[in-house]
Amino acid sequence: MGKIELKQVTKRFGDAEVIPPLDLTIHDGEFTVFVGPSGCGKSTLLRLIAGLEDITSGHIEIDGKDATTLVPAKRGLAMVFQSYALYPHMSVRKNIAFPLKMAKMDLAEIDRRVEGAASVLNLTAYLDRRPGQLSGGQRQRVAIGRAIVREPSAFLFDEPLSNLDAALRVGMRMEISELHKKLDTTMIYVTHDQVEAMTMADKIVVLQAGVIEQVGSPLELYRAPRNTFVAGFIGSPKMNLLTGPEADKHNAHTIGIRPEHIDVVQSDGVWQGTVGVAEHLGSDTFFHIHNTGLAETLTVRAIGDISLRHGDTIHLSPRMDEFHRFDKAGLRIA
Amino acid sequence: MATKASRSAARMMMAPAVILLLGWMLIPLVLTLFFSFKKFLPLRGDRWENGLEWVGFENYVRFVSSSAFWPSVITTLIIVGGVLVITVCLGILLAMLLDQPMWGQGIVRILVIAPFFVMPTVSALVWKNMFMDANNGLFSHLWRLFGAEPVSWLSEASLPSIILIVSWQWLPFATLILLTAIQSLDSEQLEAAEMDGASPLARFGHIVLPHLSRAVTIVILIQTIFLLSVFAEIFVTTGGAFGSRTLTYLIFQRVLESQNVGLGSAGGVYAIILANIVAIFLMRIVGKNLDT
Ligand SMILES: Nc1ncnc2c1ncn2[C@@H]1O[C@H](COP(=O)(O)OP(=O)(O)O)[C@@H](O)[C@H]1O
Ligand SMILES: [Mg+2]
Repeated sequence: MGKIELKQVTKRFGDAEVIPPLDLTIHDGEFTVFVGPSGCGKSTLLRLIAGLEDITSGHIEIDGKDATTLVPAKRGLAMVFQSYALYPHMSVRKNIAFPLKMAKMDLAEIDRRVEGAASVLNLTAYLDRRPGQLSGGQRQRVAIGRAIVREPSAFLFDEPLSNLDAALRVGMRMEISELHKKLDTTMIYVTHDQVEAMTMADKIVVLQAGVIEQVGSPLELYRAPRNTFVAGFIGSPKMNLLTGPEADKHNAHTIGIRPEHIDVVQSDGVWQGTVGVAEHLGSDTFFHIHNTGLAETLTVRAIGDISLRHGDTIHLSPRMDEFHRFDKAGLRIA
Repeated sequence: MATKASRSAARMMMAPAVILLLGWMLIPLVLTLFFSFKKFLPLRGDRWENGLEWVGFENYVRFVSSSAFWPSVITTLIIVGGVLVITVCLGILLAMLLDQPMWGQGIVRILVIAPFFVMPTVSALVWKNMFMDANNGLFSHLWRLFGAEPVSWLSEASLPSIILIVSWQWLPFATLILLTAIQSLDSEQLEAAEMDGASPLARFGHIVLPHLSRAVTIVILIQTIFLLSVFAEIFVTTGGAFGSRTLTYLIFQRVLESQNVGLGSAGGVYAIILANIVAIFLMRIVGKNLDT
């Protein structure tokens, strides 16, 4: 159980329309990621679903029942906040038990569930500590523990990993994915990081200024971005978007080619330019190339370590079948 | 303050302030202790130059055995306790109200703080003459409006009246400190509690109050220090009559009205002891909030 439907939902703060009319269906058990640049309304959308913010117009249905005016506690959703929002004066045990205590559950059952959640999240040794005595990753797990003991019909995460360092982020990303596999509950996850979106999601919702740009699986978005915004947002490094004569050759206003779809060749490339910054990662090399006559910079990803340095001339050969074509309005041409 | 050099430099620079403070506190304290063991009645001809008679603990015994002593201690504690309860409770309520977004917030906040800027003497006079006067006070008019017999506040209910006046003065202080504390509460915590199914009352009890505990501690400690020596409000309103004589006021009467410096000094030492007992109690009860 955990199907969430938004029907013509809008949200205004005063005069500012943050969410224009928006329709979205999130199916039961799906891991949905809202991704978009900062300030595009991801958090607002999540808070509308949670009930922490009133919607201006439209309807929200949870499991087929209208939940538009339901208070947050009655929606059966649990939220993990960016700041973790742990209760600093309570021990980890009390933090996790808090929603159950508020639901007036009997003490034996509370203990059973808290112990259960703690063992799933490796928190058993820390149950009697205060949040202030935990590391960032542990706090994050406590926040998740507080969410899972309620056995909600869906979890809402608002940028839960943005306060963690890079290594921990990768670890927690996997833990949350594991948790989703284990619980098989609907999860809505907000992030501005497209890598998180690509690695975790069953379904990605790309947002820009409150408007849904595209909904689809990670690979659908990667293979067939619906417009130039999605094309530039999904994938790392970013897709090269070219206009001008090169695009005209393909009968398009804009063409896009991903850095990994341009091969570095010894000579006789279709394009050539001078190497600007070269990022040598060992497994790959990212070249930022100038003076191609195509765009300010062109990004190219080559497999392995290629020993071209700053200022060298580089020959390039794009894979012709990997071009994405967009019209004047930025929409994909099939 | 990591290196030896910076530590000793720090000590050097703090020294003048420390010495000044020590002198400031030690000299009056030593003088008080000195006088409390002497017979010193200036009106009866006792002079510093002629040497004062050493009377041992006689002043101390006389001060405690006076029938006014214990009632004055009780009165002091009632006033301090009453004002603390009122300012903390109302302060929390007001702080929560002021934290709500509302029209004219800036002006309302200034109005709330205003009583703190009124001198104790002035505010006591205003209360005495404008509100509590048995014939022409606003309260009397209000009482008459409802057909009730006006109360002559300062004689019939002297302690509650003084507590009211002093609370009015200290409420802004409490409100201000508690307001800043409430504003520092992470709103996501409240939202998390809301999602966890906590009712507004439960949110207050489980989230807001614990968050305020440290600020409440500070309010209580600071106010207690000042409330133990409340004077002007009593002097102006009842003059210590009608059971409103606090320990401070009793000392004042001994020294200035009876012109008995030795006896008053002994009372001063008792006041120090009382303040310390209260402080230790408070530290025990609320001080642990300051550690965590
Ligand atoms: N309470 C609020 N009042 C007014 N404007 C708000 C409020 N909350 C968010 N906004 C505005 O709504 C927009 C979207 O915000 P948000 O949903 O937090 O973005 P995101 O989470 O995608 O970074 C922003 O432009 C922000 O300024
Ligand atoms: Mg956000």
